[in-house]
Amino acid sequence: MIAAHLPALQIVVPLLAAPLCLLLRRGALAWGLALVVSWATLAMSAMLLSQVLQDGVISYALGDWAAPWGIEYRVDSVNAFVLLIVAAVGAVILPYARRSVAHEIPAEQHSAFYTAFLLCLTGLLGVAITGDAFNLFVFLEISSLSSYVLIALGRDRRALTAAFQYLVMGTIGATFIVIGIGLLYMVTGTLNMADLALRLPPLGPNRTVLVAFAFLTVGASLKLALFPLHIWLPNAYTYAPSAVTGFLAATATKVAVYILLRFFFTVFGFSFYIGALTLQNLLIPLAVLAVLVCSTVAIFQDNIKRMLAYSSLAQIGYMILGIGMATPTGLTAGIVHLFNHAMMKGGLFLALGCVALRVGSVRLESMQGLGRTMPWTMFAFVLGGLSLIGVPLTAGFISKWYLVQAALEQDSWMLAILVLVGSLLSIIYVWRVVEVAYLRPAPPGAAAVREAPLSMLIPTWVLIGASIYFGIDTSLTVGVARQAAIMLMGGTP
Amino acid sequence: MIANLSPGLILIVGALLVPFLPGRLRYVYMLALPVLGGLQLAGLEHGAYGQTEIFGYTLTLLRVDALSVVFGTIFLIAAFLNVIYGMHERAPMQEVAALVYAGSAISAVFAGDMITLFVFWEMTAISSVFLIWASRTEAAYRAGMRYLIIQVGSGVILLAGVILYANATGSIAFDYLGVNGLATVLILIAFGIKSAFPLLHNWLQDAYPEATVTGTVVLSAFTTKLAIYALARAFPGTEALIYIGAIMTAFPVFFAVIENDLRRVLAFSLNNQLGFMVAGIGVGTPLALNGAISHAFVHIIYKSLLFMSMGAVLHRTGTIKASELGGLVRSMPLTTVFCIIGAASISAFPLFSGFIAKSLTLSATAEGGYVIAWLVLVFASAGVLEHSGIKIPYFAFFAHDSGIRCKEAPPNMLIAMGIAAFLCIAIGVYPAPLYAMLPYVVEYEPYTTTHVLTQLQLLFFAMLAFALLVRTGLYPAELPSVNLNTDWIYRKALPVLIRRIALLIERLRTGTLDRLQRRLERFISQVYRHHGPEGLMARTWTTGGTVLWVALLLGGYLIFFYL
Repeated sequence: MIAAHLPALQIVVPLLAAPLCLLLRRGALAWGLALVVSWATLAMSAMLLSQVLQDGVISYALGDWAAPWGIEYRVDSVNAFVLLIVAAVGAVILPYARRSVAHEIPAEQHSAFYTAFLLCLTGLLGVAITGDAFNLFVFLEISSLSSYVLIALGRDRRALTAAFQYLVMGTIGATFIVIGIGLLYMVTGTLNMADLALRLPPLGPNRTVLVAFAFLTVGASLKLALFPLHIWLPNAYTYAPSAVTGFLAATATKVAVYILLRFFFTVFGFSFYIGALTLQNLLIPLAVLAVLVCSTVAIFQDNIKRMLAYSSLAQIGYMILGIGMATPTGLTAGIVHLFNHAMMKGGLFLALGCVALRVGSVRLESMQGLGRTMPWTMFAFVLGGLSLIGVPLTAGFISKWYLVQAALEQDSWMLAILVLVGSLLSIIYVWRVVEVAYLRPAPPGAAAVREAPLSMLIPTWVLIGASIYFGIDTSLTVGVARQAAIMLMGGTP
Repeated sequence: MIANLSPGLILIVGALLVPFLPGRLRYVYMLALPVLGGLQLAGLEHGAYGQTEIFGYTLTLLRVDALSVVFGTIFLIAAFLNVIYGMHERAPMQEVAALVYAGSAISAVFAGDMITLFVFWEMTAISSVFLIWASRTEAAYRAGMRYLIIQVGSGVILLAGVILYANATGSIAFDYLGVNGLATVLILIAFGIKSAFPLLHNWLQDAYPEATVTGTVVLSAFTTKLAIYALARAFPGTEALIYIGAIMTAFPVFFAVIENDLRRVLAFSLNNQLGFMVAGIGVGTPLALNGAISHAFVHIIYKSLLFMSMGAVLHRTGTIKASELGGLVRSMPLTTVFCIIGAASISAFPLFSGFIAKSLTLSATAEGGYVIAWLVLVFASAGVLEHSGIKIPYFAFFAHDSGIRCKEAPPNMLIAMGIAAFLCIAIGVYPAPLYAMLPYVVEYEPYTTTHVLTQLQLLFFAMLAFALLVRTGLYPAELPSVNLNTDWIYRKALPVLIRRIALLIERLRTGTLDRLQRRLERFISQVYRHHGPEGLMARTWTTGGTVLWVALLLGGYLIFFYL
């Protein structure tokens, strides 16, 4: 009975818990509630994924209003996978958040923090689960508005300007998306994605649809921070509280990538409006620039959080590269990297949060000698870095392996080389940290630094461990991603 | 015996425990690891084990056949000797690195596919560099860094070759490849870097002498022989290898003769010995392959023995410069004896292990009709006697008395050297067990009158020449002095010629390098100007600026669609 309502519960539980958090007022209680809720959502998303893998697409009519009139929640292998990523990262980060948030945010704002956190989680899950285009926009706004709040809670006063810039850019992005959706509604009279997919092809080449497509592409590109629309991201990640950075880096951009995937492949339909050529022309040049430029910028950064933010932009470039190739292998690579990058970058940001807790700064020079004083934290960072580089036996290697394969399938040697060049650049920026942390002694007179508390180390290591585990056992990640890719390309899995 | 377990993994996983064990127990444990590995190896039947599927390719973690068993066995013996040799010092990092390194090399030998090979190939590189860094000198740090870059580079080239090969053929099995097309050439280059082909060799002489006393002994055994194994597996009968090998045997002779650092002399001679094996693989007949493989087997033992004796000298006297040593026979008689046994083996005296291996390669080269290569190999054999057989023991233990009085080497070193020396003689006297291990049936009798006499003639004339030169005071003194009228060809003309050429190359090189460096600097400053923290790409653009981009992109897309 309850299992039938899983799609609704997935959203309703965190949504209702959010105001409760605010009512609880005490930070510790709010944290406890958020923790329980996040674990419950993880359990639900895992059940949903296993159901989908077993029985195929789940369609859930909200309030028993049948689609396409009512809002439909539609779970297939693509968004079940995204749901799992978002819920898993949320569930891992909340145990971590208690110490980190206590350190970085004034006590009276704790319950507000967890409220915003749960709302953001709700929004991201909602974007992933819904089968209704306008509902997607609503959830997108829920997640965006709450993430502006989360970022603005950062200790640094620059967090406010960063959040403001993100707000302006994010709103433009969301507006573009809603304009696109509106234009589609104008020509088809429906908002249900599956229905849209049916009604769009008979219209033939239609200017309104093309404009809608352009607006949606640009809007989604803004939300996922594709170069050159990325500028809100480095500041937002740098000045947000550590737990928030970890959470957003691992989930928010991934969900935006999902929006892109969903509209490109399901709503517009791969073969009809979007030929492989269109995608390649639209996305690949920007993806290439993102990888090269942002990796290079990352090399020169002295603030490691900012360095990782730029590295994220480069990694988003890889995902878009995979999607832009518009072949099953390329799409698999993009989706696999979506998951792998969530694990490794989440883990890296959490490790950095441990450094922020104990050292108080995440600048390169303040990390001298940390290899000895915080061995577990720094070793986690090194493993995450290796994964970022794409060393064999790490998750990053799997992503790059499929990317290179996809590039070689199309005989585009330049793209294969680009992936390798990107790896070389990431060796440089990861090595800078390793060198400072392991080969330089702690500066004389520096305060003694202790290892981070277990409540933060364990979540860090869970994500880092996942990024190693999924480098060895790829049956879940690659299996689901391949199934999702084939489904998106219009085949039967 | 545990099914599917590579003997190498016992060493790798076992090594992780080493730092946590106290005193005695640790040594017992470390000695037990290679022994356990040996037992595991002894219990394995020929065949492929531990196959797993990944990316649609079959990985074979453990492939046991005659070739891999020979190399696995000798690597385990070497690992065992290394543990004994290193017992006198407490150096956890070095102990772990040595075991992981040996374990990786063994696992690589048993890898049945090229992905597994690549993983362990890189692991040998990464673990071994710590043996160089363990010296904790600035020179060692830099040499180690260069070594690491080259070794990892070899792995990357290997991976590139493997990917191309897998794409072209759909197979990653590590078997005979032969040279055909880009993929296999890349793989050959990767192997060539590790086995120190001419012009790809300099990492060897650069890095090995910088490692610690124990570190050099460990390094000498595995990396290059792993590459020899890989060549023997994938490229037997590739004719180019004969000439590459011949050049490899000949050119280090000159460098070894004028080198003052005795461990570096040994590094050059290592390169020369590898040449024999490469040439043997190039000839590719069963006889030649047996020669190369048995040579690798005995070579590991006697080269370790020589490095061990020089390590003992370095350990006791603190120097390894020929010009500062001499007369140590009074202080270190046992080490002297062991060193002479090693020297006799490498010079291929009958009844020593080098003889029964090298004569295989020489005979095979002659039988194959490669006259020039054969002549070069014979010349190089005389050269081996010169620089390794005579120069090493003579300058360290005899020659003029340096006045250094020190203690005999520590007992653990003596035991390690003793076992190695025993093996050198035992294999030399009774080669049948070694021959029985070889992948091809050996119908070769090393101790025929012709073989023994030919070899003895070569050796005795070389020794006679040496004795005469020393008697008459014509042999170059070990001091870096100038003896114009007597040995100028040997000591002056050759070095001058080499120096001239070197200078010319150096000038060309620095010229080009300078230009390249200036260009690179300009490029980096350009990149920095745009991508540095204050650069255009890293600055926070104004919101308005970004919105302009949004508009541009939207406009671009719209135009694109309307066209």
